[in-house]
Amino acid sequence: MPTDPTTQAATCPECDADVSIPEDAMQGEIVACDDCAAELEVLQLEPALTLGLAPEIQEDWGE
Amino acid sequence: MSTRLAFVTSRLRVEEKLLLAELERRGADYARLDDGEMSLLVAAGAHPADRPNPPTTPPADVIWNRSLAFGRTLYTQRILEAQGALCVNPSSVVETCGDKVLTSIALERAGVPSLRTTVAFTPESALQVAEEFGYPVVLKPVVGSWGRLVARLDSRTAAEAVLEDRAVLGSWQQQVFYVQEYIEKPGRDARVFVIGDEVTCGIWRASEHWITNTARGGSVERCDVGGEVGEISFAAARAVGGGILAVDLVETPNGLAVIEVNHSGEFRNSIEPTGVDLPGAMVDYVLGACERGAL
Repeated sequence: MPTDPTTQAATCPECDADVSIPEDAMQGEIVACDDCAAELEVLQLEPALTLGLAPEIQEDWGE
Repeated sequence: MSTRLAFVTSRLRVEEKLLLAELERRGADYARLDDGEMSLLVAAGAHPADRPNPPTTPPADVIWNRSLAFGRTLYTQRILEAQGALCVNPSSVVETCGDKVLTSIALERAGVPSLRTTVAFTPESALQVAEEFGYPVVLKPVVGSWGRLVARLDSRTAAEAVLEDRAVLGSWQQQVFYVQEYIEKPGRDARVFVIGDEVTCGIWRASEHWITNTARGGSVERCDVGGEVGEISFAAARAVGGGILAVDLVETPNGLAVIEVNHSGEFRNSIEPTGVDLPGAMVDYVLGACERGAL
């Protein structure tokens, strides 16, 4: 589990590894799992930090 | 109406985090909306009792949409404008910027230099265009970004293969064949930010790859936006309707040409080389719109 006070802990929904999330993370932000390299989306911050697999890039995504 | 400003997002990029931090720093009265959680009433039904009283109002006076999904952005802005909101960028601007054909039409109509482009609707007619242009030519999807599915067709054989793939595998938009002349650019192109009436700053993006796009890597340095670069960028921003825009240009043997105009431009790599506080400039524009009640 992370010991850095600037991070918080969550669980990777893909491989069940512990994932360190920045303390200032926002809902909708994308983070990577260091163990399985899955792209994860911060689904909610409260009451518990929850991660989900990030959606695949869609055809109309961009700038 | 509960708030002056709503900031609409989907997946958060670095850009949205920077803009949210700036809104917080200013103490702005805003709400953040996730378009994945939104549902928007567009028709109330035929029975008079179904009609909302008072009529449906938008979630805020001003909607600043930074969703990275073109379709969601377009419909959100359309619906909320119909409910009376002031939208940044307006739906008409999003529609034009998000569709390369509409962008080309707008630029051409305004006399802004762009690249020679033809649209065809079958692989056979698109192949005929490629033959007329001479190889290589570039095939781009009319909707999409980050250089995805942009193909350089170096020969008739390559053109036949790619066009058949698009015809068989693609959505209907992929079967609108946007065929563009290929430019041997000097290893770089420009991105210029136009915010309201100001040409704010710009960068040169360099890459050895024939596609130059910071989303695909490459080095960045400041671009002087005085003179022709700024003038053409401003004209391009005006041509699509204005707002907060990122104009991409390329140097051709015949002078500068606009490649595209982005309605939700990424700027993470532009702050350091330009020394310009882009999040601050964008928030200034939006908060100004909130004050004025107009763009």
